[in-house]
Amino acid sequence: MSARIVVVGGSLGGQRSAEQLRAKGWDGEIVVIGAEHHPPYQRPPLSKAVLTDEGLREPAAADLLARPDVALRQRPGVEGITWITGHSAVGLDLASRTVAMDDGSDLAFDGLILATGLRPRRLALEGGTASRHVLRTLEDAISLRAALQPGVRVAVVGAGFIGCEVAASAVARGCDVTVIEPLAQPMLAPLGARLARAMRQHHEDRGVRFSLNRVVTALRTGSDDRDRIEAVGLDDGSEIPATLVVEAVGSVPNVDWLSGTGLDLSNGLLCDGSLRVEGHQGIVAVGDVARFPNPRFDDVPRRVEHWSMPADTAVQAAVTLMADLGRPVPGGTGHVFAPLPSFWSDQFDVRVQGYGTSVACDETRILEGDFSNGWKKRGVTVGHHRNGRLVGCLVAGGTPAQRMKARRLVEESTMIKAVAL
Amino acid sequence: MKVTVDTKLCAEMGQCVFSAPEVFAFNDNGKLVWESNPDLGLRDAVDEAADVCPVQAIFVEHD
Repeated sequence: MSARIVVVGGSLGGQRSAEQLRAKGWDGEIVVIGAEHHPPYQRPPLSKAVLTDEGLREPAAADLLARPDVALRQRPGVEGITWITGHSAVGLDLASRTVAMDDGSDLAFDGLILATGLRPRRLALEGGTASRHVLRTLEDAISLRAALQPGVRVAVVGAGFIGCEVAASAVARGCDVTVIEPLAQPMLAPLGARLARAMRQHHEDRGVRFSLNRVVTALRTGSDDRDRIEAVGLDDGSEIPATLVVEAVGSVPNVDWLSGTGLDLSNGLLCDGSLRVEGHQGIVAVGDVARFPNPRFDDVPRRVEHWSMPADTAVQAAVTLMADLGRPVPGGTGHVFAPLPSFWSDQFDVRVQGYGTSVACDETRILEGDFSNGWKKRGVTVGHHRNGRLVGCLVAGGTPAQRMKARRLVEESTMIKAVAL
Repeated sequence: MKVTVDTKLCAEMGQCVFSAPEVFAFNDNGKLVWESNPDLGLRDAVDEAADVCPVQAIFVEHD
């Protein structure tokens, strides 16, 4: 049997991992296991165009997968990948180096890439299941789109990027939207107070209502229908009438299937700086589950949920894995893995695009621009700092040149001294 | 190696500019411009640019 690398997780991370293995010269077997019943696809349009495009008529999954914005194109020339969709890995035996599958079979591996991603966190409240939505998968988007009809009263719980994008899309669909958020502003941590306030105004100008500094404590269902919500109860005793609730309260890493392995599963998969999982030779993590130290910032292992991470981590994971399997990539391990995370969010007609991190920052301030009339066209640049050092920078509105400048600023500010390994 | 960009998909995010600055750039109007037949030595950078484009607007043909 030729050597086999198993990739658990068939979305963007799994796809890029398989591609990188072939690009780096792996000619052994590659088996990718994906729990979803589709080939991998792009999630970002699911909160935007997939919800708002008027041209779509009750789309089925196949319709969405055919869209150029949703389809995930494979790297040309990548061959010989075995894709298993609609199946899950349910266990890992580190001693025998096998993955247990949901159909009872075992899949032996020489190398293992763990890329199982995230699932939406749910509110710890019972009832109203027919009215409650999350947004992660194609099926979630289809279901949510169908429910977002003109006049429907929507409560979006959580004012992070997903919540705010869904709120904007729901308004575009003619819904009546209230966003409920425990903090004082939407997207407060990633944007900083000034920009968060400006984005809130941007939403409010378009009809979105915010209930800030509030937590959802109850879901009031119909007296004759426990499956349908009529109102959302808040911690101050008030109620917001709503018949559709979108739970946008964060994500949970899909690592439960690894319980019993002895691995630290407290927050994704704990990795070293080369993405090796807790020192296990031949086992690496990619994408949303990978908790690793990024020397750009510090030595604290962290997960980063940005779209850029699956591709960036797949490159390093392939290098690490092939070295562990005795097929080192020439020059591959010669540099430190220090990706610069990037993200973007489109809400109504404003793009926020950012680089670096806002985590563990002690100062956030505007670097360029202000919020007087016309700010979206002129652009505003915000910087996140730690101990006086710029570690994150984002631009709201503005031009590509401003975004490039923001990226350069963070890249230079977080540059690490080259380390010979 | 042939590089094309679908300008209808391009959202001017600029990830390509950082992956392959010899090939991709923004002009003074904030529109992406690119080298259609870049040097073969830039192959890895161009492939990376296509991978990191959030809207998959970059198409690369290798001979």
